[in-house]
Amino acid sequence: MATPVSAPAARQANMMAALKEAAFAALITFGLCIPIIAWGTRQNLDNVLVLDPRWDTVAWAVAIVFVGRFLMALRQQKKGEGRTIVRILPHGTFARLQGHSRLFSLVGLGFLITFPIIAITLAGWGGALKWIDNFGVQILIYVMLGWGLNIVVGLAGLLDLGYVAFYAVGAYSYALLAKNFGLSFWILLPMAGILAAFWGMLLGFPVLRLRGDYLAIVTLAFGEIIRLVLVNWVDFSGGYAGISGIPRPTFFGIPFTAADNGFAAVFGLEFSPLYRTIFLYYVILCLALLTAFVTLRLRRLPVGRAWEALREDEIACRSLGINTTNTKLTAFSLGAMFGGFAGSFFAARQGFISPESFVFMESAVILAIVVLGGMGSLWGCAIAATAMIGGTELLRELEWLKVIFGADFDPTKYRMLIFGFAMVVIMIWKPRGLISTREPTAFIKEKKAISADLVQEGHG
Amino acid sequence: MTTAPLLKVEHLTMRFGGLTAVNDLSFEARKGDITALIGPNGAGKTTVFNCITGFYKPTEGMITLTQDNGDSYLLERMPDFRISWKAKVARTFQNIRLFGGMTVLENLLIAQHNPLMIASGFTFLGVLGIGGYKAREQQAIDKAAFWLEKINLLDRADDPAADLPYGDQRRLEIARAMCTDPVLLCLDEPAAGLNPRESHDLNTLLLSIRKEMGTALLLIEHDMSVVMEISDHVVVLDYGTKIADGTPAQVKADPKVIAAYLGVDDEEVEKVEAEVGLQ
Repeated sequence: MATPVSAPAARQANMMAALKEAAFAALITFGLCIPIIAWGTRQNLDNVLVLDPRWDTVAWAVAIVFVGRFLMALRQQKKGEGRTIVRILPHGTFARLQGHSRLFSLVGLGFLITFPIIAITLAGWGGALKWIDNFGVQILIYVMLGWGLNIVVGLAGLLDLGYVAFYAVGAYSYALLAKNFGLSFWILLPMAGILAAFWGMLLGFPVLRLRGDYLAIVTLAFGEIIRLVLVNWVDFSGGYAGISGIPRPTFFGIPFTAADNGFAAVFGLEFSPLYRTIFLYYVILCLALLTAFVTLRLRRLPVGRAWEALREDEIACRSLGINTTNTKLTAFSLGAMFGGFAGSFFAARQGFISPESFVFMESAVILAIVVLGGMGSLWGCAIAATAMIGGTELLRELEWLKVIFGADFDPTKYRMLIFGFAMVVIMIWKPRGLISTREPTAFIKEKKAISADLVQEGHG
Repeated sequence: MTTAPLLKVEHLTMRFGGLTAVNDLSFEARKGDITALIGPNGAGKTTVFNCITGFYKPTEGMITLTQDNGDSYLLERMPDFRISWKAKVARTFQNIRLFGGMTVLENLLIAQHNPLMIASGFTFLGVLGIGGYKAREQQAIDKAAFWLEKINLLDRADDPAADLPYGDQRRLEIARAMCTDPVLLCLDEPAAGLNPRESHDLNTLLLSIRKEMGTALLLIEHDMSVVMEISDHVVVLDYGTKIADGTPAQVKADPKVIAAYLGVDDEEVEKVEAEVGLQ
């Protein structure tokens, strides 16, 4: 038996331990800051290197790490015994919210459908464009991409680092076919999806024998190969210059122009660029809802169950008569198909695409959405996409911060810093993502959510 | 013995590089019989199972499975998932391989993947909600409920499989394998880690599977109470070679088997050593 320690003494010891840990973390931060932050470098007129000391910034960084680490250490000490000191939401909030997921879905759907009207009411005709385009359409594209990748990573457990390749295939399919053959958006949308699915299958065949890290590396490579082909095959794709003047989608044949046969004139409205944006918003909303609908349906079909079983245990799947190669390929190509849909929409919306839009960073952001949201959860993906894409867009709105930090403060520059910080916070707070329970696909008596601790992440 | 052999293993050899795990093994498993495959650790029993169920491709030999309707399959030429689906050979694993994050019911539904896949029109009709998938799924759930009733787990159907106690997990794995409607069920150490009571229940379950479903069983087992009590036919392996083959009583009395399990007398060792000139 250990000698009994009085409560104040134990608390003091805990405090000392936490302080020690925090001091250590602060020391490491200090060490890392010296080469990176401590001196700003610039050239003067004589091309001589000038070092601007920035010790105040270093002090800030060290202080933030010290306090953060101290609070975290206290929180960890309390683990399992009583309440934690630092808690953002009361215990079980998410579980309680998930109990009403049907209600939330209806409210969310209602909000999404009425969003353009709300935006116009609140921001007026002039201001609504930004909200619908930068927030509505942009976020929904990423929600859709997240849901598409969720099939591959979240359900089937195949770590795909090159998802943006299929986004690119969809975008270039639309751009090239629309420009060269004059086909309409509504014909090309399914075609782009099918082409992307075809590429998904083509890339999938050789890759799916690999598992885990190896699969991740090869999919990463495939993503880069597609991008590099687009960069270097100038005759085909225009190289770095990209493709411009891509035909914009029409309202079932009626273009959104100021001309006499344009949308506004036909319907007797005053011309405004907003109509096109609202139309695009509803198109991407329908596409995203289609993705969600198909995913929810498939989860209850044998193929969806087989995906999840594959994520749990591949060998057991094989012993039960499941063709694992085909099952993985369907996941891969279906995910790719939704990527292709999103890509063709992206091309139609932008009117201009170049390989710059399909860099690895995009894959990373989409994967981050899936991982932060909680693998396999549609709600989680939607929340994560809103936070990440909406959050970075919101940074542009924070002009008032200039009052505090000075005139040359640009909040958008801190995007990556906040992104990384969010990742770290989620990793500490919710290591399995925001929504970390799995919903069963069939039940006899009652549907109970399954804790993520029991669910496997997949090995390949 | 009037029934035709269900499973016929002929001259099965499996080499891993220089190591011969199974050496020229031949045996038969008859329809309706419980055949036990026993032997000391490392004798190659699991390797034989992996060859039969397609997880390994044997180096040499032929494995023939003949079904009731006369269809016969050469298992060594089939990929693993087809062995389960077409030849109807199911298996369990030495270290339990359940889908832990899925419910008990879902585990049993995944075992019915192929018939459900056909019922859902290979997903295409199922997504659109056309065809009789809903009714077929209900049948599958009923079948799962039947098996859950049989292994006394109906109450826990909606719990995650990983939450079950060890003994229940073992039985669930057997039920899951049975949901594929096998003609031959291969059990890799089903009684490992069970207490005497649980292993008695297991015996009852296995006997009722044979009686009610007519499924032949092939089992690897170390627990002799299970082997001797329920098996009709025992094959003994040692260092990948068959050393005995017969009824439990015959095998129990076989001096080679006793030597393999318990070793031999010191005198005998000395005698042999003297013969080969070690002393």
